[in-house]
Amino acid sequence: MDHSSTGNYYPAASLSPAYLRPGSSFADFLRAEAPELLPSARRYPEGAAVQAPHGTTIVALTFKGGVVIAGDRRATMGNTIAQRDMKKVFITDDYSAVGIAGTAGIAIEIVRLFAVDLRHYEKIEGVSLSLDGKANRLSAMIKGNLDAAMAGLAVVPLFAGFDPEATDPDRAGRIVSYDVTGGRYEESLGYQAVGSGSLFAKSALKKLYDPDADAEAAVRTAIEALYDAADDDTGTGGPDIVRKIYPVVVTITAAEGAVHVPEDRTAALAEAVVAARRSSPTG
Amino acid sequence: MTMPLYASPEQILRDRSEYARKGIARGRSVVVLRYADGVLFVAENPSSTLHKVSEIYDRIGFAAVGRYSEFENLRQAGIRFADIRGYQNDPRDVTGRSLANVYAQTLGSVFSEQIKPLEVEICVAEVGRTPEHDTLYRLTYDGSIVEEPQYVVMGGQADATAAALKDAYTEGLPLAEAVRVAVKALSAGSTSTGNGKPDLLDQAKLEVAVLERDRPHRAFRRILGTALTPLLAVSPPAEAEGEEKPVTDVDLPPNDEK
Repeated sequence: MDHSSTGNYYPAASLSPAYLRPGSSFADFLRAEAPELLPSARRYPEGAAVQAPHGTTIVALTFKGGVVIAGDRRATMGNTIAQRDMKKVFITDDYSAVGIAGTAGIAIEIVRLFAVDLRHYEKIEGVSLSLDGKANRLSAMIKGNLDAAMAGLAVVPLFAGFDPEATDPDRAGRIVSYDVTGGRYEESLGYQAVGSGSLFAKSALKKLYDPDADAEAAVRTAIEALYDAADDDTGTGGPDIVRKIYPVVVTITAAEGAVHVPEDRTAALAEAVVAARRSSPTG
Repeated sequence: MTMPLYASPEQILRDRSEYARKGIARGRSVVVLRYADGVLFVAENPSSTLHKVSEIYDRIGFAAVGRYSEFENLRQAGIRFADIRGYQNDPRDVTGRSLANVYAQTLGSVFSEQIKPLEVEICVAEVGRTPEHDTLYRLTYDGSIVEEPQYVVMGGQADATAAALKDAYTEGLPLAEAVRVAVKALSAGSTSTGNGKPDLLDQAKLEVAVLERDRPHRAFRRILGTALTPLLAVSPPAEAEGEEKPVTDVDLPPNDEK
Protein backbone atom coordinates (compact mmCIF):
# COMPACT_ATOMS: atom_id res chain seq x y z
CA MET A 1 0.00 0.00 0.00
CA ASP A 2 1.39 3.37 -0.94
CA HIS A 3 -0.26 5.22 1.92
CA SER A 4 2.20 4.32 4.60
CA SER A 5 4.52 7.26 4.16
CA THR A 6 3.99 9.94 6.75
CA GLY A 7 3.25 12.64 4.23
CA ASN A 8 -0.01 11.02 3.34
CA TYR A 9 -1.68 11.80 6.65
CA TYR A 10 -1.86 15.41 5.62
CA PRO A 11 -3.57 14.90 2.35
CA ALA A 12 -5.03 17.39 0.11
CA ALA A 13 -5.82 14.10 -1.58
CA SER A 14 -8.91 11.99 -1.25
CA LEU A 15 -9.20 9.28 1.37
CA SER A 16 -7.52 6.01 0.50
CA PRO A 17 -9.63 2.84 0.18
CA ALA A 18 -8.64 1.67 3.67
CA TYR A 19 -10.67 4.56 5.11
CA LEU A 20 -13.79 3.43 3.29
CA ARG A 21 -13.63 -0.24 4.25
CA PRO A 22 -16.06 -1.35 6.94
CA GLY A 23 -14.76 -2.19 10.40
CA SER A 24 -14.97 -0.75 13.88
CA SER A 25 -11.50 -1.40 15.27
CA PHE A 26 -9.01 1.44 15.19
CA ALA A 27 -6.12 -0.99 15.75
CA ASP A 28 -7.18 -3.02 12.70
CA PHE A 29 -7.43 0.15 10.67
CA LEU A 30 -3.93 1.17 11.69
CA ARG A 31 -2.66 -2.25 10.72
CA ALA A 32 -4.01 -1.72 7.20
CA GLU A 33 -3.25 1.95 6.75
CA ALA A 34 -0.31 2.89 8.94
CA PRO A 35 1.24 -0.17 10.60
CA GLU A 36 4.25 1.85 11.74
CA LEU A 37 2.01 3.64 14.24
CA LEU A 38 1.17 0.42 16.11
CA PRO A 39 3.04 -0.27 19.35
CA SER A 40 4.00 -3.68 17.95
CA ALA A 41 5.84 -2.05 15.04
CA ARG A 42 8.94 -1.61 17.18
CA ARG A 43 11.98 -3.59 16.24
CA TYR A 44 14.27 -4.97 18.89
CA PRO A 45 17.99 -5.50 18.59
CA GLU A 46 18.78 -9.13 19.18
CA GLY A 47 20.58 -10.02 22.36
CA ALA A 48 20.97 -6.44 23.54
CA ALA A 49 19.19 -5.43 26.71
CA VAL A 50 17.39 -2.10 26.49
CA GLN A 51 17.32 0.18 29.52
CA ALA A 52 14.00 1.96 29.84
CA PRO A 53 11.93 3.32 32.72
CA HIS A 54 9.69 0.80 34.42
CA GLY A 55 6.48 1.52 36.19
CA THR A 56 5.98 -0.31 39.43
CA THR A 57 2.93 -1.02 41.56
CA ILE A 58 -0.79 -0.84 40.71
CA VAL A 59 -3.59 -2.01 42.99
CA ALA A 60 -7.30 -2.40 42.34
CA LEU A 61 -10.17 -3.46 44.53
CA THR A 62 -13.92 -3.52 44.27
CA PHE A 63 -16.31 -1.97 46.76
CA LYS A 64 -20.06 -1.81 47.10
CA GLY A 65 -21.24 -0.16 43.88
CA GLY A 66 -17.93 0.26 42.10
CA VAL A 67 -14.23 -0.32 41.79
CA VAL A 68 -11.11 1.67 42.64
CA ILE A 69 -7.73 1.46 40.92
CA ALA A 70 -4.62 3.23 42.18
CA GLY A 71 -0.95 3.43 41.38
CA ASP A 72 2.17 4.84 42.97
CA ARG A 73 4.08 7.54 41.08
CA ARG A 74 7.56 6.11 40.72
CA ALA A 75 9.30 4.91 37.58
CA THR A 76 12.67 3.21 37.95
CA MET A 77 15.48 2.48 35.55
CA GLY A 78 17.88 -0.07 36.93
CA ASN A 79 18.55 1.13 40.45
CA THR A 80 17.84 4.80 39.84
CA ILE A 81 14.53 6.62 40.03
CA ALA A 82 13.66 7.68 36.49
CA GLN A 83 10.63 9.74 37.44
CA ARG A 84 8.98 10.59 40.72
CA ASP A 85 5.60 11.79 39.54
CA MET A 86 4.66 9.51 36.67
CA LYS A 87 0.97 8.81 36.19
CA LYS A 88 0.34 5.14 35.63
CA VAL A 89 -3.42 4.95 36.00
CA PHE A 90 -5.45 6.14 33.03
CA ILE A 91 -9.16 6.56 32.45
CA THR A 92 -9.80 4.83 29.15
CA ASP A 93 -13.52 5.54 28.72
CA ASP A 94 -16.59 6.44 30.76
CA TYR A 95 -16.60 3.17 32.71
CA SER A 96 -13.09 1.79 32.57
CA ALA A 97 -9.55 2.55 33.65
CA VAL A 98 -6.20 0.88 33.17
CA GLY A 99 -3.15 0.86 35.40
CA ILE A 100 0.18 -0.16 33.97
CA ALA A 101 3.25 -1.89 35.30
CA GLY A 102 6.31 -2.71 33.24
CA THR A 103 8.06 -0.74 30.52
CA ALA A 104 6.49 2.68 30.82
CA GLY A 105 6.98 3.92 27.26
CA ILE A 106 5.35 0.92 25.63
CA ALA A 107 2.66 0.69 28.29
CA ILE A 108 1.60 4.31 27.86
CA GLU A 109 1.47 3.87 24.11
CA ILE A 110 -0.68 0.76 24.46
CA VAL A 111 -3.08 2.50 26.82
CA ARG A 112 -3.35 5.47 24.47
CA LEU A 113 -4.17 3.18 21.58
CA PHE A 114 -6.61 1.28 23.77
CA ALA A 115 -8.46 4.46 24.73
CA VAL A 116 -8.67 5.63 21.11
CA ASP A 117 -9.84 2.16 20.10
CA LEU A 118 -12.69 2.17 22.65
CA ARG A 119 -13.86 5.60 21.58
CA HIS A 120 -13.47 4.74 17.92
CA TYR A 121 -15.71 1.71 18.36
CA GLU A 122 -18.26 3.78 20.25
CA LYS A 123 -18.40 6.44 17.56
CA ILE A 124 -18.65 4.01 14.66
CA GLU A 125 -21.10 1.56 16.22
CA GLY A 126 -23.10 4.07 18.25
CA VAL A 127 -22.78 1.94 21.42
CA SER A 128 -19.91 1.17 23.76
CA LEU A 129 -18.16 -2.18 23.81
CA SER A 130 -19.26 -4.51 26.59
CA LEU A 131 -16.94 -4.72 29.57
CA ASP A 132 -15.70 -8.14 28.47
CA GLY A 133 -15.20 -6.79 24.98
CA LYS A 134 -12.99 -4.03 26.35
CA ALA A 135 -10.99 -6.50 28.42
CA ASN A 136 -10.45 -8.69 25.36
CA ARG A 137 -9.32 -5.76 23.22
CA LEU A 138 -6.67 -4.96 25.81
CA SER A 139 -5.66 -8.60 25.89
CA ALA A 140 -5.05 -8.57 22.13
CA MET A 141 -2.82 -5.51 22.48
CA ILE A 142 -0.72 -7.13 25.20
CA LYS A 143 -0.44 -10.25 23.08
CA GLY A 144 0.98 -8.10 20.29
CA ASN A 145 3.71 -6.98 22.68
CA LEU A 146 5.13 -10.47 23.27
CA ASP A 147 8.23 -9.83 21.14
CA ALA A 148 9.04 -6.84 23.31
CA ALA A 149 8.42 -8.87 26.46
CA MET A 150 10.98 -11.40 25.21
CA ALA A 151 13.44 -8.53 24.81
CA GLY A 152 12.87 -7.60 28.46
CA LEU A 153 10.29 -4.88 27.81
CA ALA A 154 7.21 -6.52 29.24
CA VAL A 155 3.99 -4.64 29.92
CA VAL A 156 1.49 -5.91 32.47
CA PRO A 157 -1.70 -3.88 32.80
CA LEU A 158 -4.47 -4.09 35.34
CA PHE A 159 -7.93 -3.34 34.01
CA ALA A 160 -10.77 -2.07 36.19
CA GLY A 161 -14.26 -1.44 34.91
CA PHE A 162 -17.85 -0.96 35.90
CA ASP A 163 -20.36 -3.12 34.07
CA PRO A 164 -23.55 -1.09 33.53
CA GLU A 165 -25.31 -4.26 32.38
CA ALA A 166 -24.60 -6.21 35.56
CA THR A 167 -27.63 -7.72 37.30
CA ASP A 168 -26.44 -6.63 40.74
CA PRO A 169 -25.25 -3.01 40.60
CA ASP A 170 -23.54 -3.38 44.00
CA ARG A 171 -21.23 -5.98 42.49
CA ALA A 172 -20.78 -4.39 39.06
CA GLY A 173 -17.18 -3.30 39.65
CA ARG A 174 -14.79 -5.75 38.04
CA ILE A 175 -11.05 -6.28 37.83
CA VAL A 176 -9.16 -8.09 35.09
CA SER A 177 -5.47 -8.90 35.24
CA TYR A 178 -3.16 -9.99 32.42
CA ASP A 179 0.06 -11.82 31.92
CA VAL A 180 2.76 -10.97 29.36
CA THR A 181 1.30 -13.32 26.76
CA GLY A 182 -2.04 -11.49 26.83
CA GLY A 183 -3.73 -14.09 29.03
CA ARG A 184 -6.66 -12.48 30.78
CA TYR A 185 -7.87 -13.42 34.24
CA GLU A 186 -10.96 -12.12 35.91
CA GLU A 187 -10.39 -11.46 39.60
CA SER A 188 -13.26 -13.03 41.51
CA LEU A 189 -11.74 -12.26 44.92
CA GLY A 190 -12.30 -8.55 44.38
CA TYR A 191 -8.71 -7.29 44.62
CA GLN A 192 -5.51 -7.57 42.65
CA ALA A 193 -2.11 -5.91 42.34
CA VAL A 194 0.54 -5.93 39.62
CA GLY A 195 4.13 -4.74 39.41
CA SER A 196 7.25 -5.13 41.49
CA GLY A 197 5.55 -4.30 44.78
CA SER A 198 2.48 -6.36 44.07
CA LEU A 199 3.42 -9.16 46.44
CA PHE A 200 3.39 -6.80 49.41
CA ALA A 201 0.40 -4.80 48.21
CA LYS A 202 -1.62 -7.95 47.74
CA SER A 203 -0.79 -9.21 51.22
CA ALA A 204 -2.03 -5.91 52.60
CA LEU A 205 -5.18 -6.05 50.50
CA LYS A 206 -5.85 -9.59 51.64
CA LYS A 207 -6.10 -8.39 55.24
CA LEU A 208 -7.84 -5.06 54.60
CA TYR A 209 -10.25 -5.86 51.78
CA ASP A 210 -13.93 -5.45 52.60
CA PRO A 211 -16.39 -6.10 49.74
CA ASP A 212 -19.07 -3.98 51.44
CA ALA A 213 -16.90 -0.93 52.03
CA ASP A 214 -17.87 2.43 50.56
CA ALA A 215 -15.74 4.31 48.02
CA GLU A 216 -13.93 6.40 50.64
CA ALA A 217 -12.87 3.35 52.64
CA ALA A 218 -11.81 1.50 49.49
CA VAL A 219 -9.63 4.40 48.38
CA ARG A 220 -8.00 4.41 51.81
CA THR A 221 -7.39 0.65 51.57
CA ALA A 222 -5.75 1.13 48.17
CA ILE A 223 -3.44 3.81 49.59
CA GLU A 224 -2.60 1.60 52.59
CA ALA A 225 -1.70 -1.24 50.22
CA LEU A 226 0.53 1.06 48.16
CA TYR A 227 2.20 2.24 51.35
CA ASP A 228 2.95 -1.36 52.29
CA ALA A 229 4.33 -2.03 48.82
CA ALA A 230 6.61 1.01 49.10
CA ASP A 231 7.63 -0.14 52.58
CA ASP A 232 9.19 -3.36 51.30
CA ASP A 233 9.82 -2.83 47.58
CA THR A 234 12.52 -0.39 46.46
CA GLY A 235 10.81 0.15 43.13
CA THR A 236 7.57 1.50 44.59
CA GLY A 237 7.33 5.09 45.74
CA GLY A 238 5.46 5.92 48.93
CA PRO A 239 3.47 9.12 49.47
CA ASP A 240 6.03 11.92 49.10
CA ILE A 241 4.86 14.51 51.60
CA VAL A 242 7.86 16.78 51.04
CA ARG A 243 7.25 17.12 47.31
CA LYS A 244 3.48 16.65 47.60
CA ILE A 245 3.36 13.63 45.31
CA TYR A 246 0.53 11.28 46.14
CA PRO A 247 -0.87 8.15 44.47
CA VAL A 248 -3.14 8.53 41.44
CA VAL A 249 -6.52 7.05 42.28
CA VAL A 250 -9.50 6.45 39.98
CA THR A 251 -12.94 5.36 41.14
CA ILE A 252 -15.56 3.96 38.80
CA THR A 253 -19.21 3.98 39.85
CA ALA A 254 -22.59 3.94 38.13
CA ALA A 255 -23.39 7.55 38.97
CA GLU A 256 -20.08 9.25 38.25
CA GLY A 257 -18.41 6.86 35.84
CA ALA A 258 -14.64 6.77 35.87
CA VAL A 259 -13.22 9.82 37.67
CA HIS A 260 -9.91 10.75 39.24
CA VAL A 261 -10.11 11.20 42.98
CA PRO A 262 -9.15 14.88 43.43
CA GLU A 263 -5.60 15.40 44.59
CA ASP A 264 -6.57 17.15 47.82
CA ARG A 265 -8.52 14.06 48.85
CA THR A 266 -5.75 11.60 48.00
CA ALA A 267 -3.34 13.94 49.81
CA ALA A 268 -5.52 13.96 52.93
CA LEU A 269 -5.93 10.17 52.88
CA ALA A 270 -2.24 9.53 52.22
CA GLU A 271 -1.23 11.85 55.05
CA ALA A 272 -3.72 10.12 57.34
CA VAL A 273 -2.15 6.77 56.45
CA VAL A 274 1.34 8.12 57.13
CA ALA A 275 0.19 9.61 60.46
CA ALA A 276 -1.35 6.30 61.51
CA ARG A 277 1.89 4.50 60.66
CA ARG A 278 3.80 6.82 62.98
CA SER A 279 2.14 5.20 65.97
CA SER A 280 1.96 1.75 64.41
CA PRO A 281 4.62 1.30 61.71
CA THR A 282 3.28 -2.06 60.50
CA GLY A 283 -0.24 -0.76 59.93
CA MET B 1 -15.92 -3.95 -31.43
CA THR B 2 -18.71 -1.48 -30.97
CA MET B 3 -17.96 2.20 -30.88
CA PRO B 4 -19.04 3.90 -27.66
CA LEU B 5 -21.46 6.72 -28.21
CA TYR B 6 -19.80 10.08 -27.93
CA ALA B 7 -20.92 12.28 -25.08
CA SER B 8 -19.30 15.61 -24.30
CA PRO B 9 -17.75 16.07 -20.85
CA GLU B 10 -20.29 18.79 -20.11
CA GLN B 11 -23.10 16.40 -20.89
CA ILE B 12 -21.62 13.65 -18.71
CA LEU B 13 -21.13 15.94 -15.71
CA ARG B 14 -24.57 17.48 -16.16
CA ASP B 15 -26.12 14.03 -16.17
CA ARG B 16 -24.23 13.01 -13.07
CA SER B 17 -25.25 16.20 -11.27
CA GLU B 18 -28.85 15.63 -12.16
CA TYR B 19 -28.66 12.05 -10.98
CA ALA B 20 -27.13 13.04 -7.65
CA ARG B 21 -29.58 15.89 -7.14
CA LYS B 22 -32.54 13.65 -7.78
CA GLY B 23 -31.25 11.10 -5.31
CA ILE B 24 -30.74 13.73 -2.61
CA ALA B 25 -34.14 15.32 -3.29
CA ARG B 26 -35.90 12.10 -2.35
CA GLY B 27 -34.57 12.25 1.22
CA ARG B 28 -35.73 14.17 4.24
CA SER B 29 -33.96 17.32 5.36
CA VAL B 30 -31.43 18.26 8.00
CA VAL B 31 -30.87 21.66 9.59
CA VAL B 32 -27.56 22.61 11.23
CA LEU B 33 -27.39 25.98 12.91
CA ARG B 34 -25.26 27.96 15.31
CA TYR B 35 -26.88 28.87 18.61
CA ALA B 36 -25.68 30.60 21.78
CA ASP B 37 -23.70 27.68 23.22
CA GLY B 38 -22.50 25.89 20.10
CA VAL B 39 -23.97 24.10 17.13
CA LEU B 40 -27.39 22.46 16.90
CA PHE B 41 -28.32 19.61 14.56
CA VAL B 42 -31.96 18.79 13.86
CA ALA B 43 -32.89 16.12 11.34
CA GLU B 44 -36.18 14.71 10.20
CA ASN B 45 -35.47 11.05 10.75
CA PRO B 46 -38.05 8.43 11.67
CA SER B 47 -35.36 5.91 12.59
CA SER B 48 -33.80 6.08 16.03
CA THR B 49 -30.86 3.85 15.13
CA LEU B 50 -29.87 4.85 11.59
CA HIS B 51 -28.48 8.26 12.38
CA LYS B 52 -28.09 11.23 10.09
CA VAL B 53 -26.18 13.19 12.69
CA SER B 54 -23.18 11.97 14.59
CA GLU B 55 -19.93 12.68 16.39
CA ILE B 56 -16.68 12.64 14.44
CA TYR B 57 -14.27 13.92 17.06
CA ASP B 58 -14.17 15.82 20.33
CA ARG B 59 -15.29 19.15 18.85
CA ILE B 60 -16.52 18.02 15.42
CA GLY B 61 -19.94 16.82 14.35
CA PHE B 62 -21.33 15.49 11.11
CA ALA B 63 -24.72 15.64 9.43
CA ALA B 64 -25.71 14.22 6.09
CA VAL B 65 -28.62 13.63 3.76
CA GLY B 66 -29.05 11.38 0.77
CA ARG B 67 -28.26 7.70 0.42
CA TYR B 68 -27.66 6.23 3.87
CA SER B 69 -25.09 3.61 2.89
CA GLU B 70 -22.97 6.20 1.14
CA PHE B 71 -22.92 8.86 3.82
CA GLU B 72 -22.48 6.26 6.54
CA ASN B 73 -19.36 5.12 4.72
CA LEU B 74 -18.10 8.69 4.58
CA ARG B 75 -18.92 9.22 8.25
CA GLN B 76 -16.84 6.23 9.26
CA ALA B 77 -14.00 7.37 7.00
CA GLY B 78 -14.14 10.75 8.71
CA ILE B 79 -13.91 9.16 12.15
CA ARG B 80 -10.88 7.17 11.01
CA PHE B 81 -9.26 10.26 9.54
CA ALA B 82 -9.84 12.25 12.73
CA ASP B 83 -8.78 9.46 15.07
CA ILE B 84 -5.55 8.70 13.23
CA ARG B 85 -4.66 12.37 13.24
CA GLY B 86 -5.47 12.77 16.90
CA TYR B 87 -3.54 9.60 17.74
CA GLN B 88 -0.49 10.61 15.77
CA ASN B 89 -0.44 14.19 17.03
CA ASP B 90 -2.76 15.59 19.63
CA PRO B 91 -6.55 15.97 19.84
CA ARG B 92 -6.12 19.72 19.36
CA ASP B 93 -4.62 19.09 15.93
CA VAL B 94 -7.84 17.62 14.57
CA THR B 95 -9.73 20.39 12.81
CA GLY B 96 -12.99 20.62 10.95
CA ARG B 97 -11.24 22.39 8.11
CA SER B 98 -8.89 19.49 7.36
CA LEU B 99 -11.76 17.02 7.57
CA ALA B 100 -13.91 19.11 5.25
CA ASN B 101 -11.01 19.25 2.80
CA VAL B 102 -10.55 15.50 2.56
CA TYR B 103 -14.27 15.04 2.23
CA ALA B 104 -14.30 17.55 -0.60
CA GLN B 105 -11.43 15.74 -2.33
CA THR B 106 -13.11 12.38 -1.92
CA LEU B 107 -16.49 13.56 -3.18
CA GLY B 108 -14.83 15.41 -6.03
CA SER B 109 -12.77 12.47 -7.21
CA VAL B 110 -15.74 10.11 -7.10
CA PHE B 111 -17.79 12.65 -9.01
CA SER B 112 -15.29 13.10 -11.79
CA GLU B 113 -13.86 9.59 -12.03
CA GLN B 114 -16.69 7.19 -11.40
CA ILE B 115 -19.86 6.56 -13.34
CA LYS B 116 -22.15 7.04 -10.38
CA PRO B 117 -21.63 10.08 -8.15
CA LEU B 118 -22.27 9.85 -4.41
CA GLU B 119 -25.85 10.92 -3.71
CA VAL B 120 -25.03 12.77 -0.53
CA GLU B 121 -24.75 16.21 0.92
CA ILE B 122 -22.69 16.66 4.06
CA CYS B 123 -22.24 19.24 6.77
CA VAL B 124 -19.09 19.26 8.90
CA ALA B 125 -19.51 21.41 12.00
CA GLU B 126 -16.91 22.38 14.54
CA VAL B 127 -17.50 24.14 17.82
CA GLY B 128 -14.74 26.55 18.78
CA ARG B 129 -13.61 28.10 22.04
CA THR B 130 -15.69 31.19 21.33
CA PRO B 131 -18.74 31.66 19.08
CA GLU B 132 -16.56 33.35 16.45
CA HIS B 133 -14.63 30.12 16.05
CA ASP B 134 -17.64 27.94 15.34
CA THR B 135 -17.54 26.78 11.75
CA LEU B 136 -20.01 25.10 9.44
CA TYR B 137 -18.97 23.60 6.12
CA ARG B 138 -21.41 22.39 3.52
CA LEU B 139 -20.12 19.79 1.06
CA THR B 140 -22.05 18.76 -2.00
CA TYR B 141 -21.94 15.61 -4.16
CA ASP B 142 -19.44 17.15 -6.62
CA GLY B 143 -16.92 18.10 -3.95
CA SER B 144 -17.82 21.78 -3.69
CA ILE B 145 -17.18 23.19 -0.27
CA VAL B 146 -18.83 26.25 1.21
CA GLU B 147 -18.37 27.75 4.64
CA GLU B 148 -21.72 28.91 5.96
CA PRO B 149 -21.80 31.73 8.50
CA GLN B 150 -25.06 30.89 10.27
CA TYR B 151 -26.84 27.71 9.23
CA VAL B 152 -26.90 24.88 6.73
CA VAL B 153 -30.05 23.34 5.28
CA MET B 154 -29.71 20.18 3.24
CA GLY B 155 -31.98 17.56 1.76
CA GLY B 156 -35.07 17.04 -0.29
CA GLN B 157 -37.10 20.09 0.60
CA ALA B 158 -34.17 22.34 1.37
CA ASP B 159 -35.62 25.38 -0.40
CA ALA B 160 -38.84 25.59 1.58
CA THR B 161 -36.96 24.84 4.80
CA ALA B 162 -34.26 27.40 4.10
CA ALA B 163 -36.86 30.05 3.33
CA ALA B 164 -38.61 29.38 6.63
CA LEU B 165 -35.33 29.36 8.54
CA LYS B 166 -34.13 32.57 6.94
CA ASP B 167 -37.04 34.50 8.46
CA ALA B 168 -36.86 32.98 11.90
CA TYR B 169 -33.12 32.69 12.49
CA THR B 170 -31.18 35.15 14.58
CA GLU B 171 -27.72 34.74 16.04
CA GLY B 172 -27.19 33.75 19.65
CA LEU B 173 -30.50 31.95 20.22
CA PRO B 174 -30.73 29.89 23.41
CA LEU B 175 -31.03 26.13 22.90
CA ALA B 176 -34.78 25.72 23.39
CA GLU B 177 -35.56 28.53 21.00
CA ALA B 178 -33.06 27.29 18.44
CA VAL B 179 -34.66 23.85 18.52
CA ARG B 180 -38.09 25.36 17.97
CA VAL B 181 -36.87 27.49 15.09
CA ALA B 182 -35.22 24.50 13.47
CA VAL B 183 -38.22 22.22 13.91
CA LYS B 184 -40.53 24.87 12.50
CA ALA B 185 -38.30 25.27 9.47
CA LEU B 186 -38.05 21.53 8.92
CA SER B 187 -41.80 21.18 9.25
CA ALA B 188 -42.33 23.87 6.63
CA GLY B 189 -40.44 21.76 4.13
CA SER B 190 -41.53 18.32 5.23
CA THR B 191 -44.02 16.19 3.35
CA SER B 192 -45.38 14.71 6.57
CA THR B 193 -46.84 17.98 7.84
CA GLY B 194 -49.72 20.21 6.76
CA ASN B 195 -52.71 19.16 4.59
CA GLY B 196 -54.65 17.67 7.47
CA LYS B 197 -51.52 16.34 9.14
CA PRO B 198 -50.05 18.12 12.19
CA ASP B 199 -48.24 21.40 11.52
CA LEU B 200 -45.07 20.43 13.33
CA LEU B 201 -43.03 17.27 13.19
CA ASP B 202 -43.46 15.25 16.34
CA GLN B 203 -40.66 13.98 18.52
CA ALA B 204 -40.60 10.47 17.06
CA LYS B 205 -39.62 11.86 13.67
CA LEU B 206 -36.82 14.06 14.92
CA GLU B 207 -33.17 13.49 15.59
CA VAL B 208 -31.60 16.24 17.68
CA ALA B 209 -28.01 16.68 18.81
CA VAL B 210 -25.71 19.50 19.86
CA LEU B 211 -22.04 20.35 19.97
CA GLU B 212 -21.83 22.19 23.28
CA ARG B 213 -19.01 24.62 23.75
CA ASP B 214 -18.76 24.18 27.51
CA ARG B 215 -18.61 20.40 27.64
CA PRO B 216 -15.05 19.35 28.36
CA HIS B 217 -13.43 17.11 25.75
CA ARG B 218 -16.31 15.54 23.88
CA ALA B 219 -18.69 18.33 22.91
CA PHE B 220 -21.19 16.15 21.05
CA ARG B 221 -24.38 15.14 22.82
CA ARG B 222 -27.62 13.65 21.56
CA ILE B 223 -30.82 15.06 23.02
CA LEU B 224 -33.26 12.20 23.37
CA GLY B 225 -36.53 11.22 24.99
CA THR B 226 -37.58 13.19 28.04
CA ALA B 227 -34.70 15.62 27.57
CA LEU B 228 -36.09 16.62 24.19
CA THR B 229 -39.78 16.95 25.10
CA PRO B 230 -39.56 20.28 26.99
CA LEU B 231 -37.46 21.77 24.18
CA LEU B 232 -40.17 20.97 21.66
CA ALA B 233 -43.09 22.44 23.62
CA VAL B 234 -44.56 25.01 21.23
CA SER B 235 -45.24 27.70 23.82
CA PRO B 236 -43.24 27.19 26.98
CA PRO B 237 -45.24 27.69 30.18
CA ALA B 238 -44.99 31.33 31.23
CA GLU B 239 -43.41 30.64 34.62
CA ALA B 240 -40.59 28.72 32.99
CA GLU B 241 -39.42 31.88 31.25
CA GLY B 242 -36.25 33.34 32.65
CA GLU B 243 -35.73 30.42 34.97
CA GLU B 244 -32.86 28.04 34.80
CA LYS B 245 -32.45 26.00 31.67
CA PRO B 246 -34.40 22.76 31.72
CA VAL B 247 -32.47 19.63 32.55
CA THR B 248 -31.47 18.53 29.09
CA ASP B 249 -29.63 15.31 29.72
CA VAL B 250 -27.79 13.31 32.27
CA ASP B 251 -24.26 14.55 31.93
CA LEU B 252 -21.78 11.90 31.05
CA PRO B 253 -18.84 11.77 33.39
CA PRO B 254 -16.02 13.96 32.18
CA ASN B 255 -13.25 12.20 30.36
CA ASP B 256 -9.78 11.92 31.67
CA GLU B 257 -7.51 14.81 30.84
CA LYS B 258 -5.50 12.22 28.86
